[in-house]
Amino acid sequence: MATHADTRAHTDTKPHKGAAEQTPPAGRPFWAKWFEFLIERLIGAAGVSAILFVALIFFFLLREGIPTFLQVPLPQLFGSRWYPIEGMFGLWPLIVGSILVTAGAVIMAVPLGLITAIYLGEIAPQWQREILKPLIEVLAGIPSIVLGFLGWVALAPLVQRLGAPTGLTAFTGSLILAYMSLPTIISISEDALYAVPKEYRDGALAIGATQWQTIWRVVLPAARSGLVIAVMLGIGRAVGETMAVMMVTGNAANVPAFGLGMFFEPVRTMTATIAAEMGEVARGSLHYNVLFAIGIVLFIITFAINSLAGRLVGGQASRRKRGQL
Amino acid sequence: MPGYTIRLILSAGCLIGMTWLGLTACTPAQPAAETTAIPLGDQRAIQNKGSDTLVNLALAWAEAYQQVNPNVSIAVTGGGSGTGIAALINGTVDIANSSRRMSEEEIAAARANGIEPYEIPVAIDALAVIVNRQNPVSELTIDQLSDIFTGRITNWSEVGGNDAPIVLVSRETNSGTHTYFLEQVIRKGDKNNPDIFAPQTLLMPSSVGITSEVRRNPNAIGYDGLGYVSAEEEKLIAVARDSRSPYIYPSVATGADGSYPLSRYLYMYTAGEPTGVIADYINWIRGPDGQAIVARLGFVPLPSP
Repeated sequence: MATHADTRAHTDTKPHKGAAEQTPPAGRPFWAKWFEFLIERLIGAAGVSAILFVALIFFFLLREGIPTFLQVPLPQLFGSRWYPIEGMFGLWPLIVGSILVTAGAVIMAVPLGLITAIYLGEIAPQWQREILKPLIEVLAGIPSIVLGFLGWVALAPLVQRLGAPTGLTAFTGSLILAYMSLPTIISISEDALYAVPKEYRDGALAIGATQWQTIWRVVLPAARSGLVIAVMLGIGRAVGETMAVMMVTGNAANVPAFGLGMFFEPVRTMTATIAAEMGEVARGSLHYNVLFAIGIVLFIITFAINSLAGRLVGGQASRRKRGQL
Repeated sequence: MPGYTIRLILSAGCLIGMTWLGLTACTPAQPAAETTAIPLGDQRAIQNKGSDTLVNLALAWAEAYQQVNPNVSIAVTGGGSGTGIAALINGTVDIANSSRRMSEEEIAAARANGIEPYEIPVAIDALAVIVNRQNPVSELTIDQLSDIFTGRITNWSEVGGNDAPIVLVSRETNSGTHTYFLEQVIRKGDKNNPDIFAPQTLLMPSSVGITSEVRRNPNAIGYDGLGYVSAEEEKLIAVARDSRSPYIYPSVATGADGSYPLSRYLYMYTAGEPTGVIADYINWIRGPDGQAIVARLGFVPLPSP
């Protein structure tokens, strides 16, 4: 993840490189230098290959998706009707669907996840933590398709009882996604809180702050960059999830009217569209290209989220360098 | 360290619990509906893929044919008619199952790949329109169905039901049943009619998805192959061609004599006229043994030649 690289860049240990190339001390075997060289190159190659793979994926997406933008006029591409077998390629309902489902999940999962992490890291006694942490890790290990199945069998009828005409709605998808991104958000923010030095808390308590004041004014700001990463990884998981969402959102390419009720209408997400339709398209057809264009849109959205996270974390780090925190 | 012990016990407990769940889940209670590979013989394997309407029938045929000719193994996969036809065009299956005829574009695409699709009707399916059992509506005309599925009628009271919103349930667009319904019901067989499904239509990835939503949602209306519905679980709607025609209830009998308006052929497609083991298999399917299985699974057998 790009955000990790950003934070680490500030604590890079480049000055040591020169020191390593000095004459070896006596007693080191003769091949040590060559071995060192080999390992360094190997690690370097692994690092570069990651860049190469991302570049290749992006190149492939562009190659297969670009014909869309040449063949389908832009106003139609952002039209409100997705019905590919009749050549209607409006991406707008799919984008709205993905945004609705993800936004609902974020609204539910972020506060809940952060509060759970604060409880685990700052308030819970040791014995509770020993029970809760492994359980949260188990939660993270549940395959998404199992959650989707649960949502389809158990959650959808409940949502329908809330008064929606059908239980297969954006809200049902949001619930499943919130559930799915919770473990990510909790464990990463808990790690971030854990990384805050104990002296910060001691200092705050010593000048008479209450525990709540300590958490709100000292610990949370100090852990901010880690918390932002936790939230962004949670969102990332929500945006990209496919199968579970496909099972519970009803897959209707529908643009709900703006308002609170829009969460209780069926929607079709971009990921579910690719998954449902990839099997039927003939390679090289316009529909095939449009599905890749959806992939490009998804890529751009995740890229935007990541760079936003990078900027938020970056701002934090530079402020800390200036000694303002 | 007591904390460590607690964690260890918990993790072990979870592990055991999950293993148990995993084992029970793996016990073969029923044959899987989606994908089942018949054990590989050493002679000849036939790849058979496509229509979800046909998949259970294709599986039953493949299993029964195992007794007739143990040297041929048949691998059956679902996924939708479009999926099967795409696989035929790409040359990755021997037989594509389809619940609709191939379109002009698909035939052209196949020819461009050097494949001449060969069409074989293998059974007849009556397409049943289903609603929840609590719904008082029991008869609809094709016109009304068209208005309902295009979103011109949105409340059950407009067709003699309760004052409740209509929830539309359909298959995904890769389904041959979806295309058939679009052409024969929504567009009433008129090729120049531009009507399509209303945008709020729920698109289900499987036939079972439709029936289970209709069973639990009192306002839902959907459609499915006759082999997938049962009058005990859902309410089958009697359909009339127009308001002057009689309302006909879907059944094997009304499908076979053609009086039910929504009956259609189910097809198998091969690359060129079938030869060898594939021809033997298809002849067996169209023969009395194969057609007996068609009737047993709730579909309509082909008229005897």
